[in-house]
Amino acid sequence: MRRAQLIFWLGLKEMTSLRRDWVMMALLVYSFTLAPIMEATGVSTSVNNASIAFSDEDNSPLSRSLAAAFLLPEFQPVVQIEPGTGGEQMDAGRFLFVVSVPPGFEEDVRVGRGPEIQVLIDATAMEQAGIGSNYITSILNTEIQRFARGADLIDREPVGLVLHSAFNPNRDTVQFTGIVSIIGQIMWLTTILTGAAMIREREHGTVEHLLAMPIAPFDIAAAKIWANAAVVLVAAGLALAFVLEGFLGVTIAGSKALFLAATALFLFTATALGVFLATLARSMAQFALLVMLMVLPMLMLSGGETPIEGQPEWLQVATLILPSRHFTASSQAIVFKGAGLETVWPEFVWIALLGIALLAVSLLMFRRSIAQDR
Amino acid sequence: MTLGAGAHPIRIKDVTHRYGKRTALDALTLDLPPGQLVGLIGPDGVGKSTLLGLVTGAKALQTGAIDVLGGSIGNPTHRRKVCPAIAFMPQGLGRNLYAELSVRENLEFFSRLFGQGPVERDVRIAALLSATGLAPFADRLMGRLSGGMKQKLGLCCALIHDPDLLVLDEPTTGVDPLSRRQFWALIAAIRAQRPGISVLVSTAYMEEAERFDWIVAMDSGRVLFEGTAGELKGDAESLETAYRRLRDTEAPGQSLTIPPRGEDGSVPVIVARGLTRRFGQFTAVDAVDFAIHKGEIFGFLGSNGCGKSTTMKMLTGLLPASVGDAQFFGKSVDVRDRESRRNIGYMSQAFSLYGELTVRQNLRLHARIFKLADRETRIAELAERFGLEDHFDMLADSLPLGIKQRLSLAVAVIHRPQVLILDEPTSGVDPEARDAFWALLVELARKDGVTIFVSTHFMSEAERCDRVSLMHAGKVLAEGTPAELMTEAGVDSLEEAFIAVLEAAERPAPVAAPDVPAEALGIRPGGGFQRAGAYAHRETVEVLRDPVRLAFAFIGSALLMLVFCFGISLDIEDLNFAVLDLSQGPESRAYISEIEGSRYFSPTPPLASVEEGRRRLTEGTVSLVVEMPPDFGRKLRAGEPTEVLATVDGAFPFKGETVEGYVSGLHQTFLDVMARESGARTPPLARIEPRFRYNQNFESIAAMAPGMPAILLIMLPAILAAVSVARERELGSVTNFYVTPTTRLEFLMGKQAPYIVIAFANFLLLSAMTIFLFGVPLKGDPLPLAVGALLYVWATTSYGLWIATMTSSQVAAVFATAIASIVPTLQFSGLLQPVSTLDGAAQVIGSLWPSSYFLHLSVGAFTKGLGWLALMPDIVALACFGPVFTLLAALSLRAQER
Repeated sequence: MRRAQLIFWLGLKEMTSLRRDWVMMALLVYSFTLAPIMEATGVSTSVNNASIAFSDEDNSPLSRSLAAAFLLPEFQPVVQIEPGTGGEQMDAGRFLFVVSVPPGFEEDVRVGRGPEIQVLIDATAMEQAGIGSNYITSILNTEIQRFARGADLIDREPVGLVLHSAFNPNRDTVQFTGIVSIIGQIMWLTTILTGAAMIREREHGTVEHLLAMPIAPFDIAAAKIWANAAVVLVAAGLALAFVLEGFLGVTIAGSKALFLAATALFLFTATALGVFLATLARSMAQFALLVMLMVLPMLMLSGGETPIEGQPEWLQVATLILPSRHFTASSQAIVFKGAGLETVWPEFVWIALLGIALLAVSLLMFRRSIAQDR
Repeated sequence: MTLGAGAHPIRIKDVTHRYGKRTALDALTLDLPPGQLVGLIGPDGVGKSTLLGLVTGAKALQTGAIDVLGGSIGNPTHRRKVCPAIAFMPQGLGRNLYAELSVRENLEFFSRLFGQGPVERDVRIAALLSATGLAPFADRLMGRLSGGMKQKLGLCCALIHDPDLLVLDEPTTGVDPLSRRQFWALIAAIRAQRPGISVLVSTAYMEEAERFDWIVAMDSGRVLFEGTAGELKGDAESLETAYRRLRDTEAPGQSLTIPPRGEDGSVPVIVARGLTRRFGQFTAVDAVDFAIHKGEIFGFLGSNGCGKSTTMKMLTGLLPASVGDAQFFGKSVDVRDRESRRNIGYMSQAFSLYGELTVRQNLRLHARIFKLADRETRIAELAERFGLEDHFDMLADSLPLGIKQRLSLAVAVIHRPQVLILDEPTSGVDPEARDAFWALLVELARKDGVTIFVSTHFMSEAERCDRVSLMHAGKVLAEGTPAELMTEAGVDSLEEAFIAVLEAAERPAPVAAPDVPAEALGIRPGGGFQRAGAYAHRETVEVLRDPVRLAFAFIGSALLMLVFCFGISLDIEDLNFAVLDLSQGPESRAYISEIEGSRYFSPTPPLASVEEGRRRLTEGTVSLVVEMPPDFGRKLRAGEPTEVLATVDGAFPFKGETVEGYVSGLHQTFLDVMARESGARTPPLARIEPRFRYNQNFESIAAMAPGMPAILLIMLPAILAAVSVARERELGSVTNFYVTPTTRLEFLMGKQAPYIVIAFANFLLLSAMTIFLFGVPLKGDPLPLAVGALLYVWATTSYGLWIATMTSSQVAAVFATAIASIVPTLQFSGLLQPVSTLDGAAQVIGSLWPSSYFLHLSVGAFTKGLGWLALMPDIVALACFGPVFTLLAALSLRAQER
């Protein structure tokens, strides 16, 4: 009880200190406002504003209607280019896709000769190339079908495919990237705030001052953990309400309270990571470098940036030990799919277990680092 | 650069200097006599360092005029012309030296900055080292030197270029008395050898002022007195008393009287027996014994780094002893026993309260830590007794040093401890505040019976202790009452006694003025090339000796390359899917096996209901649910149209779209196979043939691996370059750039050179990984790629330098550079979204960003197989960024401190 009070008061001290540290406050504000907005509205991983050219040697009503079928926001207006120049233009990076319509195309379709349209795709643009080729194939097919129906050439496909997208049916990348970005910011900021608070205390010699009183290393670490976790939790909650829902118009399918519960659980692992890195680093600059090397991979491999299924088999198993992966998975389930506790509890257990393990290791390290310090 | 005899080397007129709202110098006017040893005296914070910084050109002048060696120091041309004639040793031992460099390397660096040739350099360094007795330690790292040795090395570095004006800022603070005496002997020898030299020294030790030819006493940014020591002293008993009178004529400082100790103090409270502490090979404290009695004020006297603080930490239980035992009240100190610390109050060396908390908040926090029942009354009582009431709601950081120390003491005694351990509580505090502080200590000891263990390097304070212990290099050399120690040594001051004891313990090497044969000297204007080279050489040595930065440079990029390439692969395969087969016929099974058989999907147990499918999608255990209608087989056989329903997990848009693409493709295959088997179907209306250019198999690694260096080679090199500049500023060694003839470009490009090499080595490493580990062949010409990479890392390191010139600390430099290099690279360079798909404004930004060109170049050379001709535009564009960023960095780098 006495210790709990002690940790509480030391934690309040942390908050007062943080409030007066304008660099960290600026980072906090940036991380939960500008950063997610920029990430969500900036880069889009799906096909967006893609550059496309037509090399049209047919110049028939059908080929012109094909070119006219590509619309914003997915595609830029089609640019007509000289036949045979597609390769060069692609080398220069001017177009991602070049569609070549052969001479006599419409006529060949009419008489059922099954002509071929070639679509040249710049495969160095990974994300857009794959999805874009699907888009283009489907747009061209639809357009040719419509032409065929008009010309009474059609026999209906015997089996239709009805594609339905559960969750996020509009494929709104802002929705997705907004949440992923907030998850990333939580991870960055919590680790940096906690670790920096630890190192600042050590650099200013106040750790010694505290330890010369009846305070255990555990109390110091625990105070920093709860205080910084609380600050980030409040900031994340505000960002959820005002930045994500308010500004970016993200719809949260599940329970916000459950999402914040997942965040709170995750914060303990992130703060523990901060304490851990702070014990490894000898100075603030080393800490900053370590954070870059640790947090970036944890986020890249969490399943937020790219699907987990894209990782090699062995890596998929290895990334199970990343708390960020479980947090990402549970957040996606709660926010986009409206999942409840009955669905996400296994992820919660993972996060909690990993957090406890990391916290135990970091406290042990912290105690040892204090013993070794001069 | 010699001035006419009798000309003033320094003339200061109406100089005012402010830091924010605080006035450091207040309309100060002063002329200094030539060829003399001039002392600037006064406690911390009266403006001494500011004045010295301005005189040497380390700080930029705000208002007023300063003439140094016959010209205005505010005039950049004159400043560059005279700076080889000025030597500056800033405050803080070794603050302008390099801890990772050896003694000789430090000297070599300074020698290069002043353009000395190798022969001259060796002669000078040898002479300086032997004159100061540092020769046996020439290869020791500066960071491992003792305080006295650091101070000597600092002086050697200042003397390497034969200055006409030597400016030393508190060179003797924290140094043991013997080293101090040697230091003054060295200065005297140099002055005897070169009578023209003017020396300007500041000090907080009033005792030292006796040595000066001319004294300038300062207070609150103004000159109180200038003249000789004799004039200052007048009829006062000491210079300290005289200085005090100058400051405050109203109330002449009442000298502190210490009542004799009562007789109750025969109980030993603190006992140390054979207390020893080793750090690796180094013995910091070596078999120390003492016994301190109740109510006694026990002084611990010694220089910086002699083991005083370590001993105190062992007493407080912060550090376990390697050998030996410390006892409080007959009980051994145990690191794990925290409750016993309720009896101890500890004040560590630096001010270690929370500067960002107010006085009241600091007191309250500590009252709460000790869970005092009478919290508010105790705080009020202490505030009154320690005179803190007027400052109750001020931030501790904004308090004057003397009041900070009182606050520290109040905090240390808030829980009424029986023992107080104070580690150099009064360094840097002015004499009156020191007296007030000691009055409190005496009161605590005599009235409350608190046992006080205090360390100090002020002799005048040691004299006030009941007993003192002299410590040097980890050993206690002597112990006794001040009177006993003086009698034993047969001298009449404690300082003399200390020196006698030290000399008995280890014979110091004699010092003399350095003897440089004149024929070895060939002073010629040093080339900028050599100065830049000096920085480059030093930076290389430093980074090679810093394992963290080195690891960050190489392991960091390799690790991130692996993570990015393995982790961000977009070839998604083996996605889980589940089927709700309501038809259960051969036709539906054929359809399902088409999906199962593909490499994109792997099956999970079939579903029993629509709800189950929904649930599994929500859980994320499947990414696709396929629903076959009940009459699928019948309708297919009858040639009636039917439909398959595919539900895709669309939460992750990219994944959802990829899955849809896969399903559509498999569906089409099913139809084709069916048509072929029945033979009833006409060929399709038209075939769409996608052809993936540059990367026929459409493997993401072939696109990813050549693109990754674009981000890695900006992020890591920029951060490293930024840290190198910010670090120099944070550690204070940037002063060397301010006060030597180094230009901004020389400084920047010298520091940058090693990082260009490191970054280019990184490029080779990443390329080797791309080719051999990820199996992506280099189809194009390697030479234009290498040239482009070199230009790119030149640009990115310059960018890091530029960012660093605008940030104030290493941490800020790391994060600012990280954000400022990653964000534009991801958003505008085409790494995630091809440049051709960006909108207008974003395209313009992208075209102003080097990564866009390097990405194009790297992908072009690797995947597209392009050669010189096609890559030339990128190379030309990349060549522009390096010079532009370097120029921007040079423009925003301050050549002087503000």
